Amino acid sequence: MIITYEDIIIRTLTRVLAPFLQIYALYVLAHGHYSPGGGFQGGVMLGASMILMVIAFGLDTTLKRLSEKADTILFVVGLLLYSGVGVLCLALGGNYLDYGKLAEILPVTIAKARSLGILFIETGVALGVMGIMVSLFYDISTGGLPPAREGR
Amino acid sequence: MILPLDIILIVFTVICAIAAIQIKDLLSAVIILGAFSFFMCLLYAQMGAVDVAFTEACVGAGVGTVFFIAAVNKTKRRAKD
Repeated sequence: MIITYEDIIIRTLTRVLAPFLQIYALYVLAHGHYSPGGGFQGGVMLGASMILMVIAFGLDTTLKRLSEKADTILFVVGLLLYSGVGVLCLALGGNYLDYGKLAEILPVTIAKARSLGILFIETGVALGVMGIMVSLFYDISTGGLPPAREGR
Repeated sequence: MILPLDIILIVFTVICAIAAIQIKDLLSAVIILGAFSFFMCLLYAQMGAVDVAFTEACVGAGVGTVFFIAAVNKTKRRAKD
């Protein structure tokens, strides 16, 4: 149960801040192997932008943007990306998550394939963490009940 | 490593930790726990572990505080003991 207040400062600030937060999260995700940050931090910031929208605009408005079903699909895709790359390396004859073997199917050198492989993994981690964070917040704020049965 | 800054940060961290345990109002305890996370983040950054500090700032001071506030919102605000 999130009670929404018609506060124009908070709403305008959220409307301005949320896209920049998401762009910065994508920056942190994409530069994870050069600078501090990575999949986990980028995913937490993506989730935090959705949580900020729940706080400012209420749960119903946010559920129209990102429903619980879409959220579940998102983190399942993230997990599938992570384990899929690992199993793909296994199928190409290397160890689990041995990105060097990706050079056999991608038109790049082995060093470039390792860099690309870690980017795939970080993207999977970011999607998974974002989905779990948003799903946790939905569940805590509704008390685990679906919105229709909440009886507010 | 700057010794006076280090001592100040450690003192504030310990004060926040003791206050978060001792206080009876759970919402205040959550906010003080967020401040504790932030001081831990500054300590990590000051010791050179920027990646850990980033994670602490995101999870400890940001999302964790929001989760705790939502949990306090669904339960009672005063502690029993």
